[in-house]
Parts: sequence; structure tokens; C-alpha cells
Amino acid sequence: MAADIAGARRTPWLLLSPSLATISLLLIVPMLFIVVYSFWLRTATGADQVGFYLDNWIEVLGDRFYRDILFQTLLIALYTTVICAFVGYIPAYFVANTRMKSKAFLLLLLMLPFWISYIIRTMSWINILGTSGALNTLLISMGVIDDPIQMLYNQQTVVLGLVHYLLPFMILNVYVSLDGIDKNLTEAAQSLGCTGFQAFREVTLPLSLPGLAAGSLLCFVLAAGTYITPIVLGGPRDAMFANLVFEAIVTQLNWPLGSALSLVLLALLGALVVIYTRYLGIDQIAKSFK
Amino acid sequence: MMSGWSVIRIATILVYLFLFAPVAVVILLAFNANQFGSFPIEGFSFRWFEALWNNDAIVRAFKTSLLLGLLTAAISTTLGTLAALAMVRYDFPGKRTISTLLVAPILIPEVVLAVALLLFLQFLAMPKSFGLLLMGHVVFTLPFVVLVVQARLVSIRRDVEEAAMSLGATPVQTFFEVTLPLMLPAVMAGMLFAFTISFDDITGTLFWKPGGVETVPTQIFAMLRNSISPEINALGAVMVIFTIALPLVAASIARVMAMRRAGASK
Repeated sequence: MAADIAGARRTPWLLLSPSLATISLLLIVPMLFIVVYSFWLRTATGADQVGFYLDNWIEVLGDRFYRDILFQTLLIALYTTVICAFVGYIPAYFVANTRMKSKAFLLLLLMLPFWISYIIRTMSWINILGTSGALNTLLISMGVIDDPIQMLYNQQTVVLGLVHYLLPFMILNVYVSLDGIDKNLTEAAQSLGCTGFQAFREVTLPLSLPGLAAGSLLCFVLAAGTYITPIVLGGPRDAMFANLVFEAIVTQLNWPLGSALSLVLLALLGALVVIYTRYLGIDQIAKSFK
Repeated sequence: MMSGWSVIRIATILVYLFLFAPVAVVILLAFNANQFGSFPIEGFSFRWFEALWNNDAIVRAFKTSLLLGLLTAAISTTLGTLAALAMVRYDFPGKRTISTLLVAPILIPEVVLAVALLLFLQFLAMPKSFGLLLMGHVVFTLPFVVLVVQARLVSIRRDVEEAAMSLGATPVQTFFEVTLPLMLPAVMAGMLFAFTISFDDITGTLFWKPGGVETVPTQIFAMLRNSISPEINALGAVMVIFTIALPLVAASIARVMAMRRAGASK
């Protein structure tokens, strides 16, 4: 019997050990490694000087260039998140409250973008806004303009691409919390004299805030960590922070500097995730997987 | 004057249009006969799909993506399902910490995860390789599998297993004859998630891939940067059809299996 209990105690750890080993070896240890690595120095010969040098950190934290791009990255992520919140709330509200039979179909459609590749959704905007894209072709055929206008490759198109990519995350998270609200609550509020809008403002909106917060966190963190969208839809001056990481690691092969840069990104976005989980818990995000 | 609800309905239609119109245009242009693969539409043609088929680099990228996706799905579904079982079925000290650890790879920005893994393995004198790509994809997809399988596992009742055991089945027999068949839809959902995420990934892949090896997304990315080629839309269309058809086929297989089981138990 005692052996049985000891066995039952061991079983979960046995089941967990392959996953935990994978995450420790391929994530935790490498993360600790880049912390150490960021204090090494890449010499002119291309070899790493082992030691405790602050040079990378002084460059990353002191240089205006990095600070400006970091600020620009956070700004782009903020624009994206705010637009997603406003634009995403409406369809989430509609799908959660519709009495139409097609509700299941509308939900399926909302899941569909998750299955369509990010790079294709990003590059699809070239077909719409490019010089030989749909919009220019339409405007020329209507006689509004004579020559195509370049609408692509600026900060606005980067935000547009990010909104298009991240909107489903927002809609789904808001939908999950709206769908969980007891419909009797709004009816009760209305029977007590609230107008429809008041009932929304006083009952529905506050109850949907956890979903809105989870969606916003996802949008912000994913937007701030991207480097593909600025390359495909941005101009030469629209680089984001992750582009600097990619440049340092893949193009310049300055790995210690790249480590320091990625740790800055991690510290900022990690702080957001930690603050969020402290107040709202991680479970809200896990809900959208059900 | 329009009521509030019709405004919401129209806004919803517009948002759906915003989400799908650009992708629809990609598919439309993929069948366009125009020699530049852009507007105006000049007729229906399969020429860009033929060009894809004859383009060795694209066919190679497709094979790489397929192999990578299948291996990733197999490995991370095995690991993730075991972990999900432990999380749903057992109580043990430190469960909250473990649960955070299991989702850690999605809490960390993918760029940072990519850098850390790449530099650590370079430090261990392991060059960029298909193996590195696979390791990266496994660690990145693992949390999704754990979450998806865990969410569906909760609904499987323990009584069925207890009944099997009380009728004399050993724990191993019970697992393979009772638990696993019941879990199959959950496991397949996890596998599908892992495959699609791996098949679509570009952020980590660009860091990990060795020179000369391309997956479909990195191939599209390279084609976008070098020259705007009309084949891109056709490749995009193939990918959209592929990643959308797959879940639908899987869902219908799951439905047929469920119906058969219901039929068998009658």
C-alpha cells in the first residue's frame, strides 16, 4: 500500500518530466545564458571576450538611437492595441448577443484568421494598397487620380498590418468574457429603469473588462515583439525594436549586443505580463482555448 | 433613424470584410491571367500554380515545412499530452509554478526565445541546422498543445476508467483501451494546433534556419524582399487552402469517428 501511494505521488512528475526537461534545456537555461552573454564583449576579430563588461549595456541603455526606436516601438504597439480594442469590441458584442442561427458560423469565421499564415495576411495588403493594387486601380478607373499613389511603406501601414494580424486575438478574448455574462443582469438593469446604453455602460462593459484586458495584453506584447511587419509594410525609418535584435544577431553577428537588446525587450514586455498576472491572473487568457 | 443594433450589425460586417477581403484578393489574384499577377483581372488561369509546381525552390520549401510541421506535431503532442494528463488528473505540490512554467514559452516574446536558443546552441558549438529548427518549434508549440489538450481533457469523466479497472483491467490496459480513445479528439486538436503553428511560423524560423534552407513562410518572405513575383499570390493561396482545409478535414474525421463510436455502443 505504501508503495502504491509513493507510486501515485511519482506519476505526475513522470508525466511532466519530458515537458519540463524540454522547457528547462531549451528555454530556461538559454535565457540564463544570454543574461551572462550580454556582459561579454565581441572583439574586432569576431571572437568573444569572456568577462564582465558593461559596454553592451551602456550602448543599449545610453544611446539615443536605441531609446528612440524603443519609444517608437511602444507607440506603435499602443496604437495597435487601442485600435484593436475599439474595432474588436463591436463584432465580439454582436456575436455574443446575436440570436441569429448563424452564430456558430460567425464564431468559426472569427477563428479562421488564426489558421491563415501571418506572412500571407501581412503581404496581402500589398495587393490592396500597392501601386498596382486594388485601391489604386479602382481610383484610376474612376478617374479620381491619374497616376498611382504610394500608400505603402510608412508607420500607418505598419499599424494597419498589425491591427489586421492581432484583431482576432482581441475579438476572441472579448467574446469569451461577453459570452459569460448572465443576460438576466442587463435585463434586470433595464427593468430598473436603465436605458439600453446605460445598462451596457454600467453592467456589460465592466463585466467584459477582464477579456478586454487579456486581449489588450496579447495585442500589445505581440505587436511590440514583431519585426516582420515593419520589414514587409514599413519604410526604412519604421524599424521596430525587434528589427534591431534581428540586425545585431543575424546580420552583424554581434551576439553579446543582441543578447543585451533582447533582454531589454524581455524586461519591458515581461514587466507588463507580470503586472497583468498579478491583478488578473493568467487563467483569463487560457479561457480562449476552450 | 437606425437602431443601435443595426449600427452594430453593419460595423460587424465591415470588420469581417476587413479581416477577409485582403486574403480573398490574394486568392483572386492567384487565378489572374495578367502577366504581372496584379490588377487588372484579365481572365482565369492556372499558370501561376503551374509556375509554383515547376519552381524547385518552392517545392523544396514546401517539403521542408511539411516535414518540420509533422515532426513538431508528433513530438510536442506527445510531450504536451503527458503534461496535460498530469495537470488535469493529479494534485501535487508546486502545481501553480509548474503550470506557469509550461506556458512560459508563450509569455516570452518569440524574438527573445529565438535569440536565447540560437545563441545557447551556438555556444555549445552546434551550428544552425534542421535539428535546431525542430527544437525551436517544439518548445514554442508545446504550451499551445498543453493548453488545448488540458481544456478538452477536463470533460472526460473518470468513472469510465474506474469502471474498467474495477472490471479487472490493468492501469496500462485502461490507458490504451479506455483513456486514449476518449482522449483522441483532444490529442488530435493539439496535434493540429502544433502543426499549423509550426507550418506558419516565421519569427523564430528566420533566426534558426540554416543558410539555404527555406520553409514556405521564409520562402514567401524572401520572394517579397527580392522581387515582387506573381507566384507569391499562388503560393499564398495554396497555403491558405492547405491550412484551412486541414482543420475542416480533421473536424469531419473526428465527427465520423464520434458517430461510429455512438453507433457501436448501441
